[in-house]
Amino acid sequence: MVQTLNTLIETPSQTSGPYVHIGCIPSFAGIEGIYPEDLGKSPIAHGAKGEIITISGSIFDGTGWTMRDAMFESWQADATGRFAGQEGADPQVSGFCRFAAGKDTGQFTLRTIKPGAVKMRGGSVMAPHISLWIVARGINIGLNTRIYFDDEDNSADPLLARIEQRQRVDTLIAKKVADGQYRFDVRLQGAGETVFLDL
Amino acid sequence: MTDTKVLMPRRREVHPVPHDPDYKTSVPRSPSLPLLSMESTPSEETGPRFGHGLLGALDNNLISNFTQGKALAIGERIRVHGRVLDETGRAVPHTLVEIWQANAGGRYRHIKDSYFAPLDPNFGGCGRTITDENGYYEFMTIRPGAYPWPNRANDWRPMHIHFSIFGHAFGQRLISQMYFEGDPLINHCPIAATIKDRSQLDTLVAPLDLQSSRPMDYLAYKFDIVLRGHRQTMFENKMEGM
Repeated sequence: MVQTLNTLIETPSQTSGPYVHIGCIPSFAGIEGIYPEDLGKSPIAHGAKGEIITISGSIFDGTGWTMRDAMFESWQADATGRFAGQEGADPQVSGFCRFAAGKDTGQFTLRTIKPGAVKMRGGSVMAPHISLWIVARGINIGLNTRIYFDDEDNSADPLLARIEQRQRVDTLIAKKVADGQYRFDVRLQGAGETVFLDL
Repeated sequence: MTDTKVLMPRRREVHPVPHDPDYKTSVPRSPSLPLLSMESTPSEETGPRFGHGLLGALDNNLISNFTQGKALAIGERIRVHGRVLDETGRAVPHTLVEIWQANAGGRYRHIKDSYFAPLDPNFGGCGRTITDENGYYEFMTIRPGAYPWPNRANDWRPMHIHFSIFGHAFGQRLISQMYFEGDPLINHCPIAATIKDRSQLDTLVAPLDLQSSRPMDYLAYKFDIVLRGHRQTMFENKMEGM
């Protein structure tokens, strides 16, 4: 026999189900009056420093079907690469947003500021990116991925560097379609499958 | 430099399998390629914080929050309480816990729910609270009903409450479901069965906590939640390559 490890085991995930909106963004489900507004309505407040951008896209299942019931959460640094709560961070940037695929179109849109590069332990630097967490009916444990930008220098990013099949890097990069506007699609499975993360 | 702490790697084997043929929707919605694993970075080690000022007085009371106290929801009155801990056993204080659920008849207040059990005009179905300094939380609600759902020919969801928990790091983010002790439908549910380790599924089943109930008022159920932990060591602050 040996000593017992005093660590606990993480509570297992379960799917958010089709009605995740009720709990997380109730006004999307038509439930008004319990909270003054949905949590994470915007990651920025008036006066946030940096370039205002919108990122739009769709999320597709393994058959290519556009999903209409997914919910997303995003988390990001401010324009100088600092996260809310860190010293010197922009007080107008909460960095957190919740948004959903449209009930009819499946389209989602995130309006935010473009984040700055983020320093890691040891001094290397991550290219500007937004962390994304995706839940929906049929997703048994939330999927993590990142949105990078095609008009930034991503060549030295430590996470992108770890992707062996280089053509898959593209799945994490939002494409600029106009000034301040980007396109980012998520493919859960099959051709062009998005790189999902375990970190 | 940042002062954030590395997250313990997620033990994927304690979680449900992403692809499970008995839960049909998971089949086209699960990645077919492996996840890209690496050590957490400041992007996962930081996360949104929500203060107690966010909360309204009735946010943690699903029996009365939809009507702002004017009328009570129908159903068996229950109190759900517990602690949020991390893998190291430390309490997770001041973290947001959100819940949502069906009404006592097993119907959700959602345009996509077409089950013919009626809506309760006094029940919305969502609530939230923030853990105290010891990681403790509690809600008042009604026991949700079981309901049928389109999957295999005759599948029913056991009574359950959905939980969303933040922790203090985006990489700790978790959504799960709480089941009720003694519900025979747990053993027939293909969603519960996506967790292959029975002892792990058991951690989602809240025991009746009669001692925490209030006579002539409500029953209590206890539900503790464990989030990913941070590695605790003095040996992390080294330069790259050292």
